[in-house]
Amino acid sequence: METDSADAPPGLRLRIPEPICRPGSSEPAGRYLSPAGEARRPALDEKVERIALMRKQLVRVLDDDGNAVGPWAGTATNDQLRAGLRDMLVVRALDARMLRAHRQGKISFYMQCLGEEAIACAQQRALRPGDMHFPTYRQQGLLVASGYPLVTMMNQLLSNDHDPLRGRQLPVMYSSRAHRFFSISGNLGTQYVQAVGWAMASALSGATDIASAWIGEGASAESDFHAALVFASTYQAPVILNVVNNQWAISTPEDFARGAAATFADRGFGFGIPALRVDGNDYLAVHAVSTWAAERARSNLGPTMIEWITLRVGAHSTSDDPSGYRPDDAGARFPLGDPIERLRQHLVLIGEWDDDRHRVLIEQIAGEIEHAFTEADSYGEAKAGATSDPRTMFDDVYEMMPRHLLEQRRQVGG
Amino acid sequence: MPAMTMIEAIRDAHAVAMERDERVVVFGQDVGYFGGVFRCTQGLQQRFGSHRCFDTPISEAGIVGVAVGMAAYGMRPCVEIQFADYMYPAYDQIVSEAARLRHRSAGDFTAPLTIRMPTGGGIWGGQTHSQSPEALFTHVAGLKTVVVSNPYDAKGLLLAAIEDPDPVIFLEPKRVYNGPFDGHHDRPLVPWSTHPLGEVPDGYYSIELGTARVHRPGSDLTVLAYGTLVHVAQTAADEVGVDADIIDLRTLVPLDVDTIVESVVKTGRCLIVHEATLTSGFGAELSATVQERAFHHLEAPITRVCGWDTPYPHALEWSYFPGPERVGAAMLQMMGADAPSVTGRGR
Repeated sequence: METDSADAPPGLRLRIPEPICRPGSSEPAGRYLSPAGEARRPALDEKVERIALMRKQLVRVLDDDGNAVGPWAGTATNDQLRAGLRDMLVVRALDARMLRAHRQGKISFYMQCLGEEAIACAQQRALRPGDMHFPTYRQQGLLVASGYPLVTMMNQLLSNDHDPLRGRQLPVMYSSRAHRFFSISGNLGTQYVQAVGWAMASALSGATDIASAWIGEGASAESDFHAALVFASTYQAPVILNVVNNQWAISTPEDFARGAAATFADRGFGFGIPALRVDGNDYLAVHAVSTWAAERARSNLGPTMIEWITLRVGAHSTSDDPSGYRPDDAGARFPLGDPIERLRQHLVLIGEWDDDRHRVLIEQIAGEIEHAFTEADSYGEAKAGATSDPRTMFDDVYEMMPRHLLEQRRQVGG
Repeated sequence: MPAMTMIEAIRDAHAVAMERDERVVVFGQDVGYFGGVFRCTQGLQQRFGSHRCFDTPISEAGIVGVAVGMAAYGMRPCVEIQFADYMYPAYDQIVSEAARLRHRSAGDFTAPLTIRMPTGGGIWGGQTHSQSPEALFTHVAGLKTVVVSNPYDAKGLLLAAIEDPDPVIFLEPKRVYNGPFDGHHDRPLVPWSTHPLGEVPDGYYSIELGTARVHRPGSDLTVLAYGTLVHVAQTAADEVGVDADIIDLRTLVPLDVDTIVESVVKTGRCLIVHEATLTSGFGAELSATVQERAFHHLEAPITRVCGWDTPYPHALEWSYFPGPERVGAAMLQMMGADAPSVTGRGR
């Protein structure tokens, strides 16, 4: 039967998301900007329905001039803020030096966290020593802020004989039980549900330590993320569920994981988990909301989801070149600015910091980084053949080496 | 010594483990209040409380992912995947996480967990309740894989698995939960209460992982089997009058190579049987192991009788299942008798 085309229903179509900017266009002004101090600070036991809108808002403490305003201000002392500034500067200097080491051919791979330093650095300072982080590969700030030795990080990056992981992992896939930093998998999202399990174990054991789960906005599309939320929600596990929304999953814009939801924090609300959206480039806001979420968890009030808005200013990794998929001025035009500059501005404004001290601190940190790298480099590098004994690859597959591995190790020699 | 079904023996192993070690927690779909769809955890929640044995959402990735986190914390989770066929959503957590955590962190973090799964066919379960995925685990460095065939072993091996410092996949062929299935689906099942391996001691005992068991000593040929097919092989041997040396492997990784080689050196013939599909099945690994270590003792080609390389069928289950007829015919053929070709590969 012939159908008159005017009467035919339109064919089905899909929406293929497009990012807010691509090479040749620019970030439009004003995205994410909302007045600092506007978001209220709910009671720890506030019903999830009553704070439902916080998943759409943005918790910000620092205003454009560097004032700390609103109900979330004041969780960190000035000493803590100066320590936070130092942490972030160390992370940034470490990243820069390690990128140079990569260009020099010393290390095979690196991932920087340029622009995202505040989130890991501030949350680490907001939690307690017994709490366990289940990080992604962009939370080196957790290690730095916990005082993990720089030279040990570099040994891991160089995969040399002093690498605590014995050269088994790609650079940046650190692990340190002592510094409460769970072994990084490299498979995205798997750690999120493990963090919930760790938190459940802490609760089942009657301990008081909480877990902090980390994931990027892109990896939140993985099923482990959803499994984590349903378990965290069902058992009210003492866990902080961090989603670091840095806008880009390699070349893929955040829209692909977010779908038609307005925010990533919406995901938490759907599971009945209090969910907040926070300016991740605002050290004070990160510290305040992390403290709040940790207190909720420790008070048996269950999980909290936090979507941290930030920008991956640099490339995804040393194997990536973002100029092919986003404008070069993405970092410069990002409306939430630079986390280090914003904290420095605040400390100067309140008379707790000045340009001289800043310059001296940067020089001091540069010296520490160089000193650490000189030491780590003296232990050699895997790329130059300074690897562990090949027989060590058979260690730690099992606690006790079974016969078939003993036989295979013998074939390697020894 | 009490007679137990394999279900009761597994239940008892849980209770003994939970009694001995408060780090042992048990969870999975329907395992708490109800005690599991096969009742392997019945009574544990009532006895130990809902903090030691509890139900979970229907999320295999969640069950295993949570267990990895708990094990890293220092607990000893023993979790149930309701059917082995449902484990695929958890496979990444098993393979990329549990199996490799100790190695990738150089011993900084470990994952001592046990993942129990009812496995295998013979219960009219169709393609989603009948699979035997053991080779998907034996291929993974860092896992130990156990397949049990009887109540006595099930209790001792499960206690060993829960105590083991590494992740253990614990496969329970559901066709032998209630009796030593002989492969004849049209005959009444013999209950475990009449079988010596249904005698299960009270209290604690364990069976070292990596040790095989001579199920039935013989001199004509070696049968390498595990799970349900241990009993099917015995039926086949009895029916065709072959004096088979039937080895119940019990643990596939680590493998008890010495017991295997000793048997093949003695008999000169090696028949390998499993329910799982033939190609790249664990039988291929066994065949390679035997020819590497006992080639000059072989008097006949190593032969495999396995599930066909098809999805597990429903209506045609008994044409798929490597029952006593196919196993017995292979035995006769290996002994030089005139029998039609019935093995997996056509000749």
